[in-house]
Amino acid sequence: MQHKRWIILPLLLAILFVLNLSLGSVRIPVQEVFSILLAQESSEPVWKEIVWNFRMTKALTCILAGGALALGGLQMQTLFRNALAGPDVLGLSSGASLAVSLVFMSHAVGWTVLAAPSPWLVVTAASLGCGVIFLIVMAISYRLNDNTSLLIIGLMIGATTASVVSVLQFLSDAEDQQSFLIWTFGSLGGLNWTEIQVLAIILLAGAAIAWASVKPLNAWLLGDNYARSLGINIKRSRLFVIFSASILTGAVTAFCGPIAFVGLAVPHLTRLIIKTHHHSVLIPAVMVAGAALMLLCDSIAQLPGSTYVLPINAVTALIGAPVVISIIMKAKRITI
Amino acid sequence: MNDPRTIVLQTHHLAIGYGTHVLMEELNLSMCAGELICFMGPNGIGKSTLIRTLAGLQKKISGAIRLSSSVEIHQQLSVVLTDRISSANMTVAELVAFGRYPYLNWNIHLSEDDQHIIDQSISQVNISNLRSKRLYELSDGQLQMVMIARALAQDTPIIILDEPTAHLDLNNRVEIMKLLRTLARKMNKAILVATHELDLALQMADTIWLTGKNKTIITGIPEDLVLNGTFDDIFQFKGFDLKTGKVKQEAYLAKIIRLTGDGFEYRWTKNALERNGFEIVSTEAKYEISMSVEGTKLQWILKDRVYTSIGELLVALTEHE
Repeated sequence: MQHKRWIILPLLLAILFVLNLSLGSVRIPVQEVFSILLAQESSEPVWKEIVWNFRMTKALTCILAGGALALGGLQMQTLFRNALAGPDVLGLSSGASLAVSLVFMSHAVGWTVLAAPSPWLVVTAASLGCGVIFLIVMAISYRLNDNTSLLIIGLMIGATTASVVSVLQFLSDAEDQQSFLIWTFGSLGGLNWTEIQVLAIILLAGAAIAWASVKPLNAWLLGDNYARSLGINIKRSRLFVIFSASILTGAVTAFCGPIAFVGLAVPHLTRLIIKTHHHSVLIPAVMVAGAALMLLCDSIAQLPGSTYVLPINAVTALIGAPVVISIIMKAKRITI
Repeated sequence: MNDPRTIVLQTHHLAIGYGTHVLMEELNLSMCAGELICFMGPNGIGKSTLIRTLAGLQKKISGAIRLSSSVEIHQQLSVVLTDRISSANMTVAELVAFGRYPYLNWNIHLSEDDQHIIDQSISQVNISNLRSKRLYELSDGQLQMVMIARALAQDTPIIILDEPTAHLDLNNRVEIMKLLRTLARKMNKAILVATHELDLALQMADTIWLTGKNKTIITGIPEDLVLNGTFDDIFQFKGFDLKTGKVKQEAYLAKIIRLTGDGFEYRWTKNALERNGFEIVSTEAKYEISMSVEGTKLQWILKDRVYTSIGELLVALTEHE
């Protein structure tokens, strides 16, 4: 039974992938999409161009970003043993935003060195931003040991970085302000193939580290003390997990903006389908589920047939917020 | 008990606490194979700290902790802590499997041997019927049994438990203490249990560690510590007489009763009368109560009248004003 349910996720991913490719301002029939994908030919040459160079990059971005955010969220929830932990909730996305805005707007305050940032530079800055916030939250969580306070701390960190960002915006010119504002809505369509490659490499690296940390991640479910009593090197494993979650969140935030709720909601949605705590199952499962959810959100954002595209964050919040509410309503049994 | 006793854990001039704050010092303790030790003392005195320190989960301040063998501590010592398990979706068998972690590499593949040890641990604790249940379906008592099974699966000569019987009802408390008693004896494990169950500890423990004075621990056979007054000294019992094992009742009615009889019947009748303020003697007195068995029914005789329950007897006594 459990093994069969596992098939749902990749199947869903495949369906949503094709659906996503066939949606857009130009109407392309699904069978045409198939023939473009499989046989590389189409009755309209322009469709081939659209599918490969516009829709494909966006769909791949969805898959990579969704997988990365979900995996980051899973690791954070396990590490903090908190069902409501996630990249956006703990302020990590804000940390990345601050770092990215520093890079983008630096020429406004006179640093011309970073005027034309390479994708790797942006990713590194965003990951550092995430990592610093992660360490701060971690340090505070040791003194508090209380889930609710931790989330409030995350909110406060988010507010603080947001205010720093708005100071930066105040100093920068209108054009930068506007591009930054659009960036905060979250965008999956603006990536070129180089950036997609960078994102893919980061996702692979993050997933490899998470995969190597399956044992400590599982043991953490029993708490730090039990994990240590089972011979887990807590400090080292924690650093690995923080590193993995930071680069995953950092890279996605750098390229696509702060995408809310996906990292938080996907691990819970995944557990509705696959009821396990085993991270060797959960890691691939949440990555597939995250990718599928992101494709779904993006498809909804397309508003089939229309030329408008909704900001992706508006859609992820629509799906994510009910999940958070349902978790809190079931608070008696918040489990990770 | 094993003779000669094999010491599996020993401390020398151990001091524990946090930073410069010393909770206990000059601890020279030892645990032997096959020994059940109950660790008692008031709350907040540092019992959990000592347990975490012995288990290597917390730094000691000074002194030494020596284990009998040189393999990793996780293969020599397992713990049952008071920490709550937050992942309630796990099954019992999955939780017990965590006990094998010290023996597994990073990809945590359970071998057939591991699986066998897990099954064995589950059946030793008599929870085979629970093995595929999820944790949130278990009662507190069942969850403790599962945690003990997990510690057994770790296959260590030493098991340390921090208040495994807290928040459990009497039946579960007795069950757990009996189980630990059996495990110590049958599997020759050294088991240390922090507990507040004075009566159970006195009956089950081979050794008592008693803390509460001068930041040290007094150790000894339970009966010795009762008779030499160490328990009274530390717990400062208020109205409880440890030597009789009963709460002292005040004979506030100033009425003396001579009760004749024996066995359980005598004990429980005496109990009821004393609680109601009568003084019980075995010499001649104004009231005389005797007991007899009529068929299978017990009856009490007071002034030639027969009563069939202690309740009726008490009513009669108060009416005799």
